[in-house]
Amino acid sequence: MTKEAIFTPVGKAAAELASPKKSGKKGTSLFEKAVDLPEPTTATPAKLGLKKGQLLEMFESMVLQRRFEERAMQMYQKGKFGGFLHLYIGQEAVSTGTTAALKEDDDIITAYRDHGWGLVRGISAREGMAELFGKATGCSKGKGGSMHFANVEKHFWGGYGIVGGHIPLGGGLAFANKYKGLDRVTTCFMGDGAVDQGALHETMNMAQLWKLPVMFIVENNGYAMGTATRRHSTGELWERALGYGMKHRVVNGMDVLSVYEAMKEMADEVRKDSMPWFIEIRTYRYRGHSMSDPQKYRDKDEMEEFQSLDPIERLKTVLLDKKMATQKAIDAIYEKVEEEVMDAVEFADNSPFPEESALYEDMFSEPNPVYHK
Amino acid sequence: MAELQFREALRQAIDEEMARDENVFIMGEEVSEYNGAYKVTEGLLETYGFKRVIDTPIAELGFAGIGVGAAMNGLRPIIEFMTFNFAVLAADQIINHASKVKYMLGGQVSVPIVFRGPNASAGQLGATHSVAYESMYAHFPGIKVIHPSEPGDAKGLLKSAIRDNDTVLFMESEQMYGLKGEVNEDPEHLIPIGKAAVKREGSDVTLVTHGKIYHTVVKAAAELAKEGIEAEIVDLRTVKPLDIDTVIASVKKTHRCVVVDEAHPFAGTAAEVGYLLQRDAFDDLDAPVVRVTLPDVSAPFSKPLFDAWFPSVQDVVDGAKQVLYKS
Repeated sequence: MTKEAIFTPVGKAAAELASPKKSGKKGTSLFEKAVDLPEPTTATPAKLGLKKGQLLEMFESMVLQRRFEERAMQMYQKGKFGGFLHLYIGQEAVSTGTTAALKEDDDIITAYRDHGWGLVRGISAREGMAELFGKATGCSKGKGGSMHFANVEKHFWGGYGIVGGHIPLGGGLAFANKYKGLDRVTTCFMGDGAVDQGALHETMNMAQLWKLPVMFIVENNGYAMGTATRRHSTGELWERALGYGMKHRVVNGMDVLSVYEAMKEMADEVRKDSMPWFIEIRTYRYRGHSMSDPQKYRDKDEMEEFQSLDPIERLKTVLLDKKMATQKAIDAIYEKVEEEVMDAVEFADNSPFPEESALYEDMFSEPNPVYHK
Repeated sequence: MAELQFREALRQAIDEEMARDENVFIMGEEVSEYNGAYKVTEGLLETYGFKRVIDTPIAELGFAGIGVGAAMNGLRPIIEFMTFNFAVLAADQIINHASKVKYMLGGQVSVPIVFRGPNASAGQLGATHSVAYESMYAHFPGIKVIHPSEPGDAKGLLKSAIRDNDTVLFMESEQMYGLKGEVNEDPEHLIPIGKAAVKREGSDVTLVTHGKIYHTVVKAAAELAKEGIEAEIVDLRTVKPLDIDTVIASVKKTHRCVVVDEAHPFAGTAAEVGYLLQRDAFDDLDAPVVRVTLPDVSAPFSKPLFDAWFPSVQDVVDGAKQVLYKS
């Protein structure tokens, strides 16, 4: 019998276990980790139809998402609020490129790593920070916290905390749009961990069967909490589409232009043929799964490699190279965002907590519901 | 008024509400071409077409969740489960999503959805097809749980459930679908959710019940009457919100109470009613509240074991005599 460790992936990792590399380097893993990024788009912003103003807006949005979370992390560490805090840092190209590609009334739903999604869909830094602080002025009135940002009026249906649990909801949003004859595309985002949940597969089957105008999009950041994608899911994630005969695509999620190009093409196609897509956007999160994650499952080299691909730096380079912005203009954006975020922190800090009477509000629609006592 | 089967009363409610509001649709296993596993949806496909009467794969988690998402986005789904035993696969959608989305998003959405289907035992179907789930779901805030016993109540309450703007679970029984009863045919006749009904008046003992086992209680009351004991039957109809006021009003009259509940004993509806009575009607009780429930054992298949498992008319009679100190 070959020497094969139990419950490790097959292939390279198993082979390495049979004859381990003697690198002696601390923290070096035997497993292939993180994601293989596909080539970014070669299309110029002009070819994609993106004007300077739009690109600057996208850049500002990415900087805002980044800075908002960096400050949120500090506030968490200062004890300003508790609970979970899952940071999106590193993945901003996905939310930004997607939102720029979609129409305003296209629907978005995601999992609990949702701050970036809220900010790109109209939740102000103030409302977002206040929600983190559990204040009445938060986007969900302090009832949801970090995992349940939402702006339903702007078609952002929220962040959800049960891995995979929101995927059928995404299918249902699309179902209702089709039922009502609305020309809206639903984009249902999830992490790579959710790909293993049955909820995805049941929903994909019905979406393909019923031709629902929905896109199931995996933000594959390489890790389901601390378990590398290759250790929790067999084969390639995009291959899940094959069994359902569903259209699929792999996208470079570290490049906002690639995300924009792909999402625009696919969303336009969904609007035409009302057929679903399964999309794997490969990306990387620079922080741990949550604030309590010591990140022992990945090494520094890997982190440095992906840090060098920072999607914000990448867009900045495009702006400078194409002479769409001067360094001075870029600096001004950073300053503006910094002010916006510090104002949000101050706003959140000074906002009132919900009144105790709010405890019983928002459970039911009726004005005087009966609560069991 | 018309005499209709339980299934016909349900169908009339669904039909009337679908005619009234085009956002109402029904979805589940075998509801469309097959006409419903228990023929509740018979004929609806012809009237409303495949768009509004939708067959699903056997994927409870998936289609329950698609229903929740559709409800969030403006529709009023009726999700049929072939039995609530299968709905356990969809519990994440009912418990973690339907009941909580409105609250955790600070009221930004509502989930006007009805999950319906047969619940509890239906004879020798074995351990996994015989469970009563009403008190489990009633445990969770944000869910209303209806479990009627007669066709007339079923129709009026299902119509209220479909018009309700939040999540409602509506429970039936395979063994009641053929049961006939008087049904109000006025399409605007609604029965409010959360109101119990006194179905038999009596002064000696209050029998509290709901769902299919109500019919066992009716028989027990007739037996007790032969012995000169007049039982008052309170049919809860809705498990949550629980109409304890109607129960208390009856107990203030009879001073004795037996709760007959077709569920296991631990933390069930019977336990809750018993707790509320000792809290709110302690001085009115002349005997401790007795409960008649299933034993804390899974459903057996074998007929003699099944009969030993399921509460009988005699068990209810014995319970009444126990609180009357006549046993």
